[in-house]
Amino acid sequence: MERVLLERKVLSENDHIAAELRNRFQEHGVLCLNIISSPGSGKTSLLERTLERLPRNERVAVLTGDIQTDNDAARLRRFHFPVKQITTGGTCHLDARMIERHLSDWRIEDLDLLLIENVGNLVCPSSYDLGEAAKIVLLSVTEGEDKPLKYPSIFFKSDLLIVTKTDLLPYVPFDIEAAAENARRVHPGMEVVKLSSLTGSGLDEWLTWLTQRRRTVRSLSPVG
Amino acid sequence: MHEMGIANSVLDAVRTEVARYPGTYAAKVCVRIGEVAAVDQDAFRFCFEAMTRDTDLESLELEIEFCPRRHRCTLCAQEFVVRDYEVRCPQCASLDTACISGDELELAYLEVEEYGASPAGTKSTQ
Repeated sequence: MERVLLERKVLSENDHIAAELRNRFQEHGVLCLNIISSPGSGKTSLLERTLERLPRNERVAVLTGDIQTDNDAARLRRFHFPVKQITTGGTCHLDARMIERHLSDWRIEDLDLLLIENVGNLVCPSSYDLGEAAKIVLLSVTEGEDKPLKYPSIFFKSDLLIVTKTDLLPYVPFDIEAAAENARRVHPGMEVVKLSSLTGSGLDEWLTWLTQRRRTVRSLSPVG
Repeated sequence: MHEMGIANSVLDAVRTEVARYPGTYAAKVCVRIGEVAAVDQDAFRFCFEAMTRDTDLESLELEIEFCPRRHRCTLCAQEFVVRDYEVRCPQCASLDTACISGDELELAYLEVEEYGASPAGTKSTQ
């Protein structure tokens, strides 16, 4: 019997591709965000409201993942930014190879912001690095405020929690402060934005966060 | 349910590795899984067993090394296991602590056995 030390990550192939993507994004000053939530928490609606608010000349592109259909891409294309649907055909998450493949006919240097909408799933996407600068997790007020404790990994790994559908707060027994506190128990200091894509309340705070991140990425990039 | 894909990655790595040791077969692989790695141990083991049954890796044993979430205090350097999400330093009560372990998803080691060396001697090269 001989023991061979391996000491490497199980998903090292994915991580290798993700690291290459991250280098390319950094080199060209592109902010890449990986948006993750349960199905139906409002990722696509948030992207619609975001794209709607961005000036047409902004260099923004969207990759949106689903198991089947290109419905989300069709919704997002109305805003005249480049959008591509990634249909995973059964896989419950996006991986770095899918991102690399779907980016192959876009010029990364022509982008400033790449928004990736992951497959609706609060578990598996947290294991797959896509080369993003940050993960963002959404939690809608119709879900439980203990979700950060039930699914700690994604809250642990995300920079920002967006609590969505706040327009429904009068109708649901959701304690928004408890949700934020639970998220911060898992991830101390986690930033939290509360918004409603329906009424637009809180969207400015999210767009400010986005602008600040874009500025940071640009200032760190060699191309300025 | 990405445990199937993870099991597949593990088995690919095992096959690649064992090919570097002619005349041996893979007897045991140890995978390190962190508390916040979002990998369910039971589901992973189930997938692993389903994917090795009736294959060249049928006799491959899986060992899972569980890694609890650990933090290190930035102020006093105390290292501690985070229980019930309590990230405050147990020594100096600072909240300025950083995660040093707990999101592992790693291949730790592989044990290879020479054909015929096993006491059971059941492994054939066919």
